Amino acid sequence: MASRVFKPFSSKSAVVCRNLGKVWGEGTPRAQEALRDIDLDIAPGEFVVLLGPSGCGKSTLLFLLAGLERATSGHCWFFGDLVDNPSPERSLIFQETSLFPWLRVWQNVSFGLSIRGLGVAERREIARQALQRVGLAEAFGKRPDELSGGMRQRVAVARALAMRPKVLLMDEPFAALDVQTRTKMQDFLGDVWSQSGASVLFVTHHIEEAVALADRVVVFTARPGRIKTIIPVDLPRPRDLFSPGAELLRRDLTQSLREEVDRAFAEQEALAS
Amino acid sequence: MAEARTEAAPVATDLRQWQGSVPWWSAICRLAPRIVWTVVSIGLFAGIWEICWALGWADPKLLPPPHVFLGAISDQAKFFNTVSRWQVGAGQAEPPPPALAVVYTVLATTGRVFVGLLIASILAISTGIAIRYFTLFERLTLPTIILLAPVSPIAWLPVAIFLFGIGNKPAIFMVVIALLFHMVLATINQIDNVNRNFLNVARTMGATKRQVYFHVIIPAILPQLFIVLRFNLFGAWMVVLVAEATGVGYGLGQVIMLGRNTFNPSLVFFTIVLIGVLGGSFDWLMRMVQRKVLYWVPHEAGTLRGL
Ligand SMILES: Nc1ncnc2c1ncn2[C@@H]1O[C@H](COP(=O)(O)OP(=O)(O)OP(=O)(O)O)[C@@H](O)[C@H]1O
Ligand SMILES: [Mg+2]
Repeated sequence: MASRVFKPFSSKSAVVCRNLGKVWGEGTPRAQEALRDIDLDIAPGEFVVLLGPSGCGKSTLLFLLAGLERATSGHCWFFGDLVDNPSPERSLIFQETSLFPWLRVWQNVSFGLSIRGLGVAERREIARQALQRVGLAEAFGKRPDELSGGMRQRVAVARALAMRPKVLLMDEPFAALDVQTRTKMQDFLGDVWSQSGASVLFVTHHIEEAVALADRVVVFTARPGRIKTIIPVDLPRPRDLFSPGAELLRRDLTQSLREEVDRAFAEQEALAS
Repeated sequence: MAEARTEAAPVATDLRQWQGSVPWWSAICRLAPRIVWTVVSIGLFAGIWEICWALGWADPKLLPPPHVFLGAISDQAKFFNTVSRWQVGAGQAEPPPPALAVVYTVLATTGRVFVGLLIASILAISTGIAIRYFTLFERLTLPTIILLAPVSPIAWLPVAIFLFGIGNKPAIFMVVIALLFHMVLATINQIDNVNRNFLNVARTMGATKRQVYFHVIIPAILPQLFIVLRFNLFGAWMVVLVAEATGVGYGLGQVIMLGRNTFNPSLVFFTIVLIGVLGGSFDWLMRMVQRKVLYWVPHEAGTLRGL
């Protein structure tokens, strides 16, 4: 592996990963390899869905791309710049709610702007616009605990959008929601994405989400996570989830995900016995 | 900072609106059951005591029941005149009237509790934050703090007297030293338990270490710190009595010692009731403050009731 040569790449890609790997707790007896040899390019404005069995390192990849953790091998670049620190241009949206309970909704949305030192009036205005874009204008002065789970995740999306990121990294943002709400959120995210022009890397367990949203689907292997296949999706938008093309894609994804889930389980059983 | 203040404005107006929409009598109606249950709880306890007395099980000379020691208040109040030994606006020669002596004594003790608690919490919280903020500071101080934390306040008594003699200072010193180390450790523990997601959100937004501390860690630990403060209020009351009882000056602790030395159980129980009422009221007061200041924290653990 060490002999692998860096591929030339264009800095026009929003995200480039080469040979990216992460071993948690490297050098300790409890070292655990989460990612191995990830090569991935994401174009500006592209919607990439990351699909993989639980524990295969999807969140780990997002943490590396966000700059919150250091890779143990390989590198990633963001518009040609090496990623080594978090940046507001790469927003990460977490699986669990991460709104600050001590701040009003608008203060949460404009949190990153107050970090940048913007004045109150300006922040209120940007927060108002961002909340409007996620359809939650009326939540402006509320407290996070007055909102439903779906509304909170939309506020989290608004908070990310308020920073005008070039890449949105989303870690199973709708996993905790019921099926109906999740479907609504997919539609809403599709609209927001096409308006914002940002690239999205969207992690999920749900094949439906991949079918509804993706330009490309990246399927991961069981741990350590490697790229198993990349499936381009050229179904027209807005997606018809019951078209023959969607059916076909659903079948492909189910098939390749099932293989990996089976492998993950077999591995765990082998470890247990 | 100016920015933070303007930011707080909408919160304050929201609260005021909310209060305005609730009529005053509904607040009393809401409180009524709690007041009734407090009275019932105390009544139950006092009632058992009274019954024991009526049946002759409790010797009134050793365990005078509430009606005896509360009935003797006017009699007992004069013992609070230990105050006249210290100059609290009263001349040495003519001691204040008994009722006023009780007030002076209570104020003296309460004052020490609050000043001690205030100093201890400011010192502890800033030390705790500094320990997590500056690694070198942690390496220099944390081992010593952990070694000092288990030392009983009694052990600090002689130190208090060596350093400050008698009066207010040693009593306040005792309160501070008894609470300080635990509160530092509690603060560090709170910082370590801040939701990782909160920190990561702030970092992805480009927050510096300083901003992470001021915008995220401090607001996130405030609610728990306030609860730590409330529990330490009780601790402060306990320590201040020890300090006063060993003679750092007038105060409720000294009245208790007087009760012991002159074999006056009524005086002891009366003082105990006084301390209980004071401590309980201040805890209630702090809960009210907590409710207003930390508006995002749920008020009661209502969910457990449903079990
Ligand atoms: N902070 C950490 N420290 C040590 N090990 C970690 C850490 N975070 C994740 N891991 C390990 O890395 C592996 C991959 O975890 P990761 O959270 O990336 O998986 P995932 O694909 O996001 O799973 P899920 O779909 O369940 O969220 C797991 O074995 C996990 O135990
Ligand atoms: Mg995950």
